[in-house]
Amino acid sequence: MLKTFTKGGVHPAENKLSVNQKIIDLDLPASVSIPISMHLGVPSKPLVEKGSEVKVGQLIAAGAGFVSANIHSPFSGKILKLDKSLDTSGYKRDSIFIDIEGDTWLPEIDRSSDIKKEFSYSAEEIIQKIKDAGIVGLGGATFPSHVKLSIPRGRKAEYLIINGVECEPYLTADHVLMLEKSEELLIGTSLLMKGLKVDKAVIGIENNKPDAIEKLQKIALNYKGISVQALKVKYPQGGEKQLIKSILNREVPSGGLPVDIGAVVFNVGTAFAVYEAIQKNKPLIERIVTVTGKKLKKPSNFRVRIGTPIKMLIEAAGGLPDDTGKVINGGPMMGKALPDTSIPVVKGSSGILLIPAEESKRKKVEPCIRCSKCVSVCPLGLEPYLLMALSQKSLFERLEAERVMDCIECGSCSYICPSGRPLLDYIRLGKSEVGKIIRSRKK
Amino acid sequence: MNSTVLYTILSLSGLGASSAIILYFVAQKFKVIEDPRIDDVEEKLPAANCGGCGFAGCRNFAEACVKSDDFEGLYCPVGGNETMAAVAKILGREAVEQDPRIAVLRCNGDCDVRPKINNYDGTLSCAVASALYGGDTGCQYGCLGFGDCVEVCNFDALSMDPVSGLPVVNDMNCTACGACVKACPKDLFELRKRAKKDRKIYVACRNEDKGGIAKKSCAVACIGCSKCFKVCPYEAITMANNLAFIDSDKCKLCRKCVPECPTNSILEIGFPPRKEKEELAAKDESTSVIDKVIDPEKQDIQNTKEE
Repeated sequence: MLKTFTKGGVHPAENKLSVNQKIIDLDLPASVSIPISMHLGVPSKPLVEKGSEVKVGQLIAAGAGFVSANIHSPFSGKILKLDKSLDTSGYKRDSIFIDIEGDTWLPEIDRSSDIKKEFSYSAEEIIQKIKDAGIVGLGGATFPSHVKLSIPRGRKAEYLIINGVECEPYLTADHVLMLEKSEELLIGTSLLMKGLKVDKAVIGIENNKPDAIEKLQKIALNYKGISVQALKVKYPQGGEKQLIKSILNREVPSGGLPVDIGAVVFNVGTAFAVYEAIQKNKPLIERIVTVTGKKLKKPSNFRVRIGTPIKMLIEAAGGLPDDTGKVINGGPMMGKALPDTSIPVVKGSSGILLIPAEESKRKKVEPCIRCSKCVSVCPLGLEPYLLMALSQKSLFERLEAERVMDCIECGSCSYICPSGRPLLDYIRLGKSEVGKIIRSRKK
Repeated sequence: MNSTVLYTILSLSGLGASSAIILYFVAQKFKVIEDPRIDDVEEKLPAANCGGCGFAGCRNFAEACVKSDDFEGLYCPVGGNETMAAVAKILGREAVEQDPRIAVLRCNGDCDVRPKINNYDGTLSCAVASALYGGDTGCQYGCLGFGDCVEVCNFDALSMDPVSGLPVVNDMNCTACGACVKACPKDLFELRKRAKKDRKIYVACRNEDKGGIAKKSCAVACIGCSKCFKVCPYEAITMANNLAFIDSDKCKLCRKCVPECPTNSILEIGFPPRKEKEELAAKDESTSVIDKVIDPEKQDIQNTKEE
């Protein structure tokens, strides 16, 4: 029997419409805005001024503090202004506006498609290069990768886990990446292994991607210490804690980090970005984005430069269908509806999902019928109905005692609730309040 | 008498008596000595348990009052100066006085002036909506209109206006407990000094966008033009982040700033109607000159006198 995690989980309709689409490069826009906080942590500090010329790959904003990331210009041209613009957070935040002229890259970036296998860097050099390239977790959480690679004192990583699960319905960006960039992905994995000083790596892939499993298994034979593990299809297996449980059968303690039990998890997209950053000198300026939807003409997988407006992606995939109800950044389970299609693609955008109007409406909220479905699907073993009630009543101390901070916001509870209750909305709210309380306690 | 009944009565009485003796000694041993003044102080407090003073309830506040030497940082906004004087009398200390305050909503963007740019179908709660995005209009600073403030108000001082979609403060009921200030995720409520006849002048806007962008998203947004700042004779107005703010402690309610505002984002509430400008212009030059000169001045003097 295939491995999977034990607690909870759901299996929504997969709808992987863009699965057989090759990665297509997208045309360049005329002008863009690059948000300076595309990652988890402190917003970066802009290094350019109005009117300065930039080339592709040039550092335009430097990470401010340890948990922060560099941002490089994905385009060449002139800096139009530094101003606020709407981004995927739904708020206007500080951004760098670039007027695009031509496509001049920095000369040190290797743009050829040759695969470069050999490397002789030390672990520190690898971490430094990853930090310089502004790489963040591309699975969606956008946690700066160099922070994850810097193992806290007294702990030791044993396993590197590469997350190729892609458990969100509709999304196929990681799947096509695994198929088309298999070799690069494995080199990236070897680089991460060196950086972490581990000799074992496991690539976890759900069983609905048999072609990717087969291809990577074949190539992995040439790489020492890397194995591929097929997993049973279950959402949210792509969650860090769930994936570790599935592959290693170890449980991350409440409030702990994966490295506490000797595992570090990176997304396949991140591993590929690491390959490009180290072997090709190419900072994180583009990513693979799935554009999909049931009514969309050509669901596709694009390689997009960060900052490209989302409407360009939708145009390239056949234009916005008339009866679109919501445009979602991310997948249907964890993604968030966008208020505008001029919002740019950011480092964490894995997909753009267009939901038809009839499917986009939320269910009417009915009273809780105590069916406890939310409890049985919660992959963390929490009690979502209780957390929602406590959050509504602002009982934050009890909320903390009920381990609300363990919630990974996978949305399984809201998905399964027969009464259409907005469980996750309130849990997320409670989580942010409890987070504030915990932070103020530390001060 | 049946011996069973007798024994039952005896044994139960014995048990009762011995328990009473034990309990008496235990009560002596673990006696909590509480300052009787706490009860006296609590009696004088409004018993609303609203948390406006910053304590969990009136009892906590009473304890803090008894402990404190000089009432520093202690004030019951609901009871006001009267209550504080009564509390001070019990404790034999100098009472602290504060100007009575009132909550005002610093957003005037109703449905007519602030067009919607998207439809929200999520949970009808300001806190949830603001965690998701900036709001269903172009202004990410303005009122979301789901009434989290109305929900938390213990004094029935807030209600949603169904026409404008904005909450309305009932001046009579507002006790300045500050519950709405805490509840509003957009920080739209401000506790301002209560003036005579509940007159108010304030900038009803929190939009920090640049003028053009702000105006585009809301017709009554403050565009940060600084006209009011320049005209204010009392230095009550400060400009920050493309936004004007009138300090209610410095404002003398002269109303000079109100007509200066090109977007009508400064509200004047509770004043008698102004003389129309056209009316004045239509009057004969010889007679109206005096009026013109005096009118704003007169108003000014009147208001300062009232203060």
